[in-house]
Amino acid sequence: MSTEAPTTPAPHHLGRRLRIGDLGLRTLTAAAALLAILTIGLLVWEVLRGAHESISTFGLGFLTSTDWNAVTNVFGARYLLEGTLVTSFFALVIAVPLSIAIGLFLSELAPKALRAPVGMLVELLAAIPSVVLGLWGIIVLGPFISTHIEPWLDDHLGFIPLFSGYASNVGVLPACLILTIMVVPIVSSISRELFNSVPADLKQGALALGATRWEMVRQVAIPQVSAGLVAATMLGFARAVGEAIAVAQVIGAHNASPFGSLFKPAGTLASWIATQFSGSATSLQRSSLYYLALILLTISLVTNVAAQLIVRRIQKRMGVRV
Amino acid sequence: MSAAASSTSPFEATPRARRRKLVGRLMEAVCTLAALLAVVVLALVIYAVLRRGLPVLSWSFLTEVPTVDAFGNTSGGIANSIVGTLIITGIATLISVPIGVLIAIFNAEFAPARVANGIRLLLNVLAGVPTIVIGVFIFGLLVVGHGYSAYAASVALSIVMVPIIARSVEEVLATVPGHLREGSLALGATRAKTVVSVILPTATGGIVTATILAVARAAGETAPILFTSSIFANAMSTDPSKAMASLPMTIYLDSQQPSVTAQQQAWAAALVLMALVLLASIAGRLLSLRSRRRIEQSR
Repeated sequence: MSTEAPTTPAPHHLGRRLRIGDLGLRTLTAAAALLAILTIGLLVWEVLRGAHESISTFGLGFLTSTDWNAVTNVFGARYLLEGTLVTSFFALVIAVPLSIAIGLFLSELAPKALRAPVGMLVELLAAIPSVVLGLWGIIVLGPFISTHIEPWLDDHLGFIPLFSGYASNVGVLPACLILTIMVVPIVSSISRELFNSVPADLKQGALALGATRWEMVRQVAIPQVSAGLVAATMLGFARAVGEAIAVAQVIGAHNASPFGSLFKPAGTLASWIATQFSGSATSLQRSSLYYLALILLTISLVTNVAAQLIVRRIQKRMGVRV
Repeated sequence: MSAAASSTSPFEATPRARRRKLVGRLMEAVCTLAALLAVVVLALVIYAVLRRGLPVLSWSFLTEVPTVDAFGNTSGGIANSIVGTLIITGIATLISVPIGVLIAIFNAEFAPARVANGIRLLLNVLAGVPTIVIGVFIFGLLVVGHGYSAYAASVALSIVMVPIIARSVEEVLATVPGHLREGSLALGATRAKTVVSVILPTATGGIVTATILAVARAAGETAPILFTSSIFANAMSTDPSKAMASLPMTIYLDSQQPSVTAQQQAWAAALVLMALVLLASIAGRLLSLRSRRRIEQSR
C-alpha cells in the first residue's frame, strides 16, 4: 500500500485515506452486485433442490405424463405445459398486432400533444396489480364472456373443437384475455421505442417519394425494427408464461388438456403452483411443484436471455436503448 | 399505370392513388382504435373497482379488522391488511433501495464495460424470473423450518424491487452531466467523494422516482407473498417475524369465496390497493419527467 503512495501528488497520509475511501466504496458496490448474482444462483439451486425428489422419481417422463394424482402419488406436467402454451399463444395472437398498432399510434400517428398522456395510460395498464385484474376477470369479464362471447364463438366457429362447448365463467378463454391485457403494455411500449428509433431521414425519404404514411410504416419502419418486434414478442411471452395469480383466479384450476375446448377450466404451470403448493399432501407432490417451477424458470430464462441478446444487437446497430 | 395517370389531369387522383390513400386511412384508424381499446380496458377496470368498491368503503372499513361469523362470512374492515402491506413493502424498500443504488453505482462508476454489461443482463434475467418462482424460492430458503413471516415476504418482494431500482437508478446516474463529475475530480476529490457529494445529490430525484415505481410494483404483488405470509389471523399484527395480512392476499383469498360480503370486501380492498399503486405510479412518472428536465437544464 505505502509503496504505491508516491504515485499520487497528495501528501502521504491523505493519499492513503483517499484511496481507502475509493476502495471501500468500490468493494461495497461490487458486493451488492455480487449479491444479485448470488441470488440468481441460489434461486436456481433452491428450485433444483426442491425438484430433486420428483426429478429422480419421474425423470423427463414428467413432461409427457398427464397424471396429477395425490392418491396414487403420480404427477406429470403435460396438461399444464399445454395450458401454459395455449394461453400464452392466444394472448400473443391478440396482443402483438394490437400492441404494434398502439406503438405506431404513439410514435407516428397520434397528435404530438396526445402521445405522452395516451402512452402513460397504456403503461398504467401494466400498473394494475394482477390480483385486481384477476378479481375483475372472475366477476366482470368471466360472466361477460360466458353470456356473450362464448355462445357467439360456439355458433360461428363451433366446428373447431377449441371454440365449442358449454359456456363457463372460468376457463382458458378468460385466462387468455387477462394475459392479453397484461402483455399489451409491455409489447406496445417497446414497439413505440422501436418505431421512434427509426431514423427520421428514412421515414421522410419514403414520404418524399410519395408513399402514404401507412406505406412508409409497412415498407420502411416495420422492416427496420422487425428483429426488435420479435424480441418484444418474446418478452411478452415471458410475461404471459410467468403470470400465476390472475390466471389462477380465472382459469378454474383443473388438470385437463386445454385442447378440448377453450371454454373449459384447465391449468398453467404458474397457476398450478399458486393453487396447489400450500395444500401439497406428500413430499413428492411438493417436489413435483418445484419441478413445475423449474420448467417455468427454464422457459422464462431462455426466452428472456434470447430476447435481450436480440435487443443488444439492435442497440449496437442503431444506438438506441429499449 | 403511368400511362393511365398521364391521360388524366395531374391533379385528379387515379383509382389506384385513391385506393392507397383509403388503405392508409383505414390502417391509421385501426391503430387509433387499438390505442383507444387499451385506454377503454383501463377505464373499465378502474370503473368496476370504483363502482363496486366505493359503496363498501368507509372510515370503519379502513380502521377496523375483519370479523368472521359462525358461517364463515367475512365482514368488518381491512385495517390489518393495510398495515401489513405498509410494513412488508416498507421492509422490502429498506432492503432493496441500498442494494439497488449500490449496484447502479458499481455499474455506472466502477465496473469495466464488460462486467457492467454482464450485470445488466443478469439484472434483466432477475427481473424476468416469474414472481411465483421467487415465492417458492423464498419458501424453501426462509420459510421451511422457520414458518411464515412478514420478513420472508419482504425479502421475496425485495427480489422483485432490486432490478427495477438498479436499472432505473443507473439510467439516472448516466444522465448526470459529465462536467459535474470532472469538476469534482479536478478539484482533487476522490471518486468515492465525487459519488457521495456530487453524483448522488444530483440524482436524488431520480432515485426517489425509481423507489416509488418499485414500491408501486411490489405493493401489488401477490405471488411472492403467497407462500411466505398468506396464513394470518384477523387481528392486527405488527410483528414482522410472524405472518401478516396484506391487501393483495386479502383480495386473492376473498375473490375465491362465494360469499357476497367477502367479494364486497375484495372490491373495496382492491380500490384501496389500486389507489395506492396507481397514484404512486402516476406520481413516479411525473416526477421522473421533471427530474430528467431539471438535469437536462443543468447541462
